[in-house]
Amino acid sequence: MLDFVIKRLAQVVIVVFLALTVVFFLIRLSGDPVALFLPPDTSREQIEEYREVLGFNRPLYEQYGEFMGNAVKGDFGTSLKTNEDALTMVLERLPATVQLAIASLIIALVVAIPVGVLAAYKKNSVFDKFAVGVTIVGQAMPSFWLGLLLIYFFAVQMNWLPSGGSGSPIHLLLPSLTLATYSIARFTRFTRSTMLDVLRMDYIRTAKASGATTFSLVSKYALKNSLIPIITLVALDLGTLLGGAVVVEMIFAWPGIGRLLMQSLLNRDFPIVMAGVFIIAFIYAMINFIADIVYAYVNPQIRVK
Amino acid sequence: MVQKTIEIPVETSKKETKFQYFFRSLFKSWTGIVGFVIILLLIAISLFGEIMVPYDPLAADFTKKLLPPMTEGHVLGTDQLGRDVLSRIIVGARISVVIGVITVLLAGTVGTVVGIISGYFRGWVDVVLMRIVDVQLSFPFILLVLVINAIMGTGLKNIIISLAIGGWVVFARVIRGEVLALREKEFVAASIATGVTKFGVLFKHILPNLITPITVLASLQIATYIIAEASVSFLGFGVQPPTPAWGNMLSEGKDYILSSWWLITFPGLAILVTTLGVNLFGDWLRDTLDPESTE
Repeated sequence: MLDFVIKRLAQVVIVVFLALTVVFFLIRLSGDPVALFLPPDTSREQIEEYREVLGFNRPLYEQYGEFMGNAVKGDFGTSLKTNEDALTMVLERLPATVQLAIASLIIALVVAIPVGVLAAYKKNSVFDKFAVGVTIVGQAMPSFWLGLLLIYFFAVQMNWLPSGGSGSPIHLLLPSLTLATYSIARFTRFTRSTMLDVLRMDYIRTAKASGATTFSLVSKYALKNSLIPIITLVALDLGTLLGGAVVVEMIFAWPGIGRLLMQSLLNRDFPIVMAGVFIIAFIYAMINFIADIVYAYVNPQIRVK
Repeated sequence: MVQKTIEIPVETSKKETKFQYFFRSLFKSWTGIVGFVIILLLIAISLFGEIMVPYDPLAADFTKKLLPPMTEGHVLGTDQLGRDVLSRIIVGARISVVIGVITVLLAGTVGTVVGIISGYFRGWVDVVLMRIVDVQLSFPFILLVLVINAIMGTGLKNIIISLAIGGWVVFARVIRGEVLALREKEFVAASIATGVTKFGVLFKHILPNLITPITVLASLQIATYIIAEASVSFLGFGVQPPTPAWGNMLSEGKDYILSSWWLITFPGLAILVTTLGVNLFGDWLRDTLDPESTE
């Protein structure tokens, strides 16, 4: 087990390292990096001055070495707009993104597990067909469009909820619902199919025959055994949730990492982009790492492989 | 030898062509039909959209801006520049289809080749390639596409390249798995035993059996690419205005959300119907071609 953990941990480091390397070279190879690093209205003298300051006149490997050397120390440079430390700016936005992701995850689980279980238990009923239909639409729904519709309905028409911004649980409602939709669809579908598999098992039939009530049958025997695959899927989907957060944050002006990253991409503020890529790659890789460890813990076959 | 006696006459007696089989199974599933019809419509619209449009999708007319649907002959209304929304959605269909199809061809080809090399030839090449795949899969797809597109620059060609760079890994991973499973099958072992060369086995036995998983995966991935392109264009990268892509139409429309609901409604509906159709068809294809597989 320890071997497995160390191996997977090394992979986390490689992921983060390669993500930074790729973005570094993409930026350097896509034309004049100084032009990328500076706003379009910069004067010629300023550009030359920056070339000197940012070290773009030096050989590529030297620049890369210095960048990585600094990155290891957590130094990604300063924002080209505000001169603040890039990594600090990204980390300041982290809690908002985590808050959004966790709220969405809770919504998704609270909706998906009961609906999935019930749909499986009442297979082919009206409820089941309706639930399956909704999940199919939910998986095809572009989240940014759903966000726009929710804003239009709840903020513009009904005036019940704020259309964007942050600060209170009310502000969290629409963005987290938007972000949760895809996961609700996915988790519901998965819970349903896992439950269907479990409900076919012999021990369920035995429990039924020995007079177990419907409730105890589902909660005690079936759901318990479906939970492992569901938890694994949830853990793996956390990363996708994090990626989806970028889009949702933009629509609702949610002050998270995604929005900062998008604004920095639009402003060509690349030190922040690098710091953002670093943090996201790290978190995403760590989530996958933890999911794998949990999975290996509950399923010993994986460890042997 | 008892060879002759165990011949199964089922297939020969029916004389059913693949084409007939396709439609016979399609008509058994209403979701499959819905998906198939949507895809046919989409292809027709993207091929003949220019003849179908009631108005020039790029012609601005400031005297007619922000007209609600069903006024002055504009079935879906007009946008902030007085352009006909229906015409723009029709022309936008081609952009979505072209991006989805070309991306899937690019990503599918690269991913399949990598998957075959990895799964069939194994060795250190497999280790290296799968490390790369693992690494890329542990970064959010949409974010990867965004960052690459932002750095490469916007436009149709660059968004396709960005999506393909983000998407090939899925093919590589799945196809490798399929090849690994095929290698273990008896008929492959049998042909190796009878002296067929490595490449002979690859082209005669492995490749033909990959067509099904590739088709299923490709059909499902197209929907992912279409949504991703729309998201990226919505966020200000990808396909740029005035070219009408569904994503950038929604992006422009959101500034008028207070007054003009139709601008944020119909392009999104077009995306939803498209991805729904492609997904339904892809699900049906998977269930039909590969009945053993589950999600």
